Amino acid sequence: MAASVAIRVHGVSKHFGALKALDEINLEIPQGEFFGLLGPNGAGKTTLISTLAGLTRPTAGKISVMGYDVQTDYRQARRQLGVVPQELVFDPFFTVRETLKIQSGYFGVKHNDAWIEEILENLDLTSKANANTRTLSGGMKRRVLIAQALVHRPPVIVLDEPTAGVDVELRQTLWRFIRRLNSDGHTIVLTTHYLEEAESLCTRVAMLKAGQIVLLDSMDNVLRQVSSHTLRVKLDGAPPAGLALTGESSGAWYAMPFRQFDEIEPLLARLREAGCVVREVEIGKPALEDVFIRVMQSGDVAVSA
Amino acid sequence: MGREFSTLFYKETLRFWKVAFQTVAAPVLTAVLYLLIFSHVLDNHVRIHDVPYAAFLIPGLVMMSVLQNAFANSSSSLIQSKVTGNIVFVLLAPVSYQSFFLAYVLAAVLRGFVVGVCVLLVTLWFAPMQFVAPWWIFVFAVLGGAVMGSLGVVAGIWADKFDQLAAFQNFLIMPLTFLSGVFYLIHSLPSFWQNLSHWNPIFYMIDGFRFGFFGVSDVSPWQSLAVGSFSLSVLSAFTLVILRRGYKLRA
Ligand SMILES: Nc1ncnc2c1ncn2[C@@H]1O[C@H](COP(=O)(O)OP(=O)(O)OP(=O)(O)O)[C@@H](O)[C@H]1O
Ligand SMILES: [Mg+2]
Repeated sequence: MAASVAIRVHGVSKHFGALKALDEINLEIPQGEFFGLLGPNGAGKTTLISTLAGLTRPTAGKISVMGYDVQTDYRQARRQLGVVPQELVFDPFFTVRETLKIQSGYFGVKHNDAWIEEILENLDLTSKANANTRTLSGGMKRRVLIAQALVHRPPVIVLDEPTAGVDVELRQTLWRFIRRLNSDGHTIVLTTHYLEEAESLCTRVAMLKAGQIVLLDSMDNVLRQVSSHTLRVKLDGAPPAGLALTGESSGAWYAMPFRQFDEIEPLLARLREAGCVVREVEIGKPALEDVFIRVMQSGDVAVSA
Repeated sequence: MGREFSTLFYKETLRFWKVAFQTVAAPVLTAVLYLLIFSHVLDNHVRIHDVPYAAFLIPGLVMMSVLQNAFANSSSSLIQSKVTGNIVFVLLAPVSYQSFFLAYVLAAVLRGFVVGVCVLLVTLWFAPMQFVAPWWIFVFAVLGGAVMGSLGVVAGIWADKFDQLAAFQNFLIMPLTFLSGVFYLIHSLPSFWQNLSHWNPIFYMIDGFRFGFFGVSDVSPWQSLAVGSFSLSVLSAFTLVILRRGYKLRA
């Protein structure tokens, strides 16, 4: 049992009939990491999380959380894990505070009131603590789900699209809270379709496509794959030939990839000489989105440590 | 068997208590209506076990309430949690399948008990009642509640939709309870139905339960106890096996 590994996924497959929702996934997530699990709809992210949480049994393979096998040692494994499910579920019989107390009890945690209050405060739920969960708005229900995953202070926190349908304010408070938990040593696994969010939060990412990991690397390395920035200019008239500008379908916009910022000046000079008037200029930074799109389109597997 | 069990039991109890109007008051009213109608029609003509028909009927109605409400509690709680998806809160937690089973069954027994006691208290007003052997009353109420609570767990896990649960209720639970001697003595049936009733475990529960009141019964309460315990053991073992396998709960 290697204590430094939070999650170990070894040769995990999950088949639904002929569909391979997970196809021999291998993955190790060290403790303390902020890990992003990305992929298009239906890639298998939620299925992977479900096998991790013991909600689904894998067709093949083994998974452990903090060294505890999720099947043979399921009670220990689940104590290590806090999962925010993707579906917006709630129990209409109880208030927010009751829900959190009950959830603490399921994990065998006693005298949890102080921590419950702290979670409520950090998720801006204090004023709703005595409201029935049925009466909450969608975003509020999402907050309760997040709170429920945290009641037992799990060392590993898995968030399956926690910001879907959540307003900007909560998104910011949520990430501040989760970052704090991460810096306190909690391991975070996040799935999201907001790639900027993943880009700014995650230290390592896996990209999943049709049940396979097609990319697994640190965020820095991944971003380095899109080596270049992009300069986009809006012109009056066509640019002179011989420039590395490619026209975009939207008309007056042209784009040029570049590596160093000193490549920009000569280009603008050539445009001026040719009598082109530059109406607007944009500089695009290398973005996770570019890698994501490239990886999902090409389908070539580029897994490194 | 620690805090996760007591919490789940507490949650299951709180759940029905919060809607006690539907889960306790409504079934009590139903039982009282049965008593009013049947005893009014038959009271002056029929004596069974040497007691007036209304007095004979009361233990049957009480037990029927215990059984039906125990079944309703575990089955409807589970199907609601499955349909709304909040069953995931229990499935994510380190709740052992034994704790899960016990919590649901005991909450079902408790609901059956609460309804049964309320029915008894209300009906006492209609007919004087004797309590010859109160321990047998208690034992059979618990045994019957546990059998039905366990059956409710199986039904709640098996059913994917509310109408499947309703079918389970209409085609299994209702015949089992109604063809068990709630309203009549088995001796008064044609011999075919009498023989058939002896294959119905619920018959023994009601017969034993009624023995506790009058000290008279169709079969010995010890035999009923044996049949009831055997049924509960088989059913519990079956339920624990499907829970351990995660049947329909963990895909
Ligand atoms: N219980 C199930 N039965 C049959 N197929 C399933 C089941 N659960 C998931 N699938 C299929 O497995 C595949 C992966 O689904 P999954 O929910 O893991 O995707 P995802 O990556 O989480 O997608 P999203 O971004 O939309 O949440 C999908 O094709 C889905 O239809
Ligand atoms: Mg998903």
